[in-house]
Amino acid sequence: MPNLKEVKTKISGVKKTSQITKAMNMVAAARLRGAQEKMEAFRPYTAKFNETMSNLSGGATTNQFPLMENRDVKSIELLVVTSDRGLCGSYNANIVKLALTKIKSYEKEGKQVSLVCVGKKGYQLLNKKAKVRKKYTDIMSSFQMFNAREVATDLADNFLKGNSDKVEVLFGRFRSVASQVPTAVPFLPVQPVENIAGKENVKKISGDYIYEPSTEEIMDVLQPLYLNVIVYQAMLEVGASEHAARMTAMDNATNACKDIVSNLTVVYNKARQAAVTNELMDIVGGAEALK
Amino acid sequence: MAQQIRLEVVTPKGAVVNEDVDIVNAPGYGGDFGVLANHAPFLSTIKIGSLTYEQGRKRVTLMVTGGFCEVSNNKITFLVESAEFGSEIDVDRAMRAKERAEKRLAQALQHDETLNRTRAEASLKRAIARIKTAKSR
Repeated sequence: MPNLKEVKTKISGVKKTSQITKAMNMVAAARLRGAQEKMEAFRPYTAKFNETMSNLSGGATTNQFPLMENRDVKSIELLVVTSDRGLCGSYNANIVKLALTKIKSYEKEGKQVSLVCVGKKGYQLLNKKAKVRKKYTDIMSSFQMFNAREVATDLADNFLKGNSDKVEVLFGRFRSVASQVPTAVPFLPVQPVENIAGKENVKKISGDYIYEPSTEEIMDVLQPLYLNVIVYQAMLEVGASEHAARMTAMDNATNACKDIVSNLTVVYNKARQAAVTNELMDIVGGAEALK
Repeated sequence: MAQQIRLEVVTPKGAVVNEDVDIVNAPGYGGDFGVLANHAPFLSTIKIGSLTYEQGRKRVTLMVTGGFCEVSNNKITFLVESAEFGSEIDVDRAMRAKERAEKRLAQALQHDETLNRTRAEASLKRAIARIKTAKSR
């Protein structure tokens, strides 16, 4: 028979845990709203940017710009964007899993793979299993455009030096509060932006534009900016996804706590009842003996 | 009433301006330029500086940092990293930032640190643009 006091301590312990998970759930919900707003605010910027890039690169040929150069791919760099903190279910693990399968398949093809990690969790999980060239940790809680610029510039420099021939970005795309999908997006060489699907009527008017300075020089400025935009976007999505994943994880944890408490309460009541019955039997037995 | 052109200023933090205006003056790559209604399609990079637009008698100045601008279909769009209204700029803070940046720049020049130098130069430029923008109100 389980000890009464032990069960009682356990119940109060689980209750305290559920208080914490509930609080974390609410904090994550509040943060999620902020992160989503940030993401929404960035949307017009990317939309406009893509429009201009597709206008511009309509006339551009690849290999014209160093950042667009398609080389023989020998080494690949992966930018893995994860969150800084854990306790958000399998969210970071899923991104890391995608990274590991990518690394494996690239290494099978005889290519070298190096990693750049944004976010502490990805670094902790990947550091032992692969070569991490650089890490940016503890920036996910309050990142700005210049953080993204730092990362993008570093990646571009490495690409231009010829240390990497292809760069991909891995992050958790924010589909909805309930679903975050690990995704890989090509980063370098810069792909000429084709007319975005569903917007076929975007006229190719690049020839009519007056450029100041020349197209080439504008592209030289725009391409790094474009890379910033991709990294920033990935960071925003990871930020939002992290909070969404934590919200679900903590909700599950709170529910699990409730189940455990109700099971333990049944055990406690049974034990208490058994103790009462035993005592009664003792008293009745004693009384019988006195007769 | 004279013809107007639609002005949009978009930053990563959202749209800042979305209005019909009479004239826009902006710090372009090759110097300041002005855009009136029905301007030909035009694309230019933008330097750190102040952007002014006029709407009847109203005249508004913004401090913008690097990006680019596009003119097409009687609409001018600025995509910049940040934009601040002149009326919202804290001049004292900008002054202090300018002094700090000057000091850092001098230090970087002494020790020949390229990275610090570019950073200090950028923040000095921003500070100067802020002060100018705030004063041109």
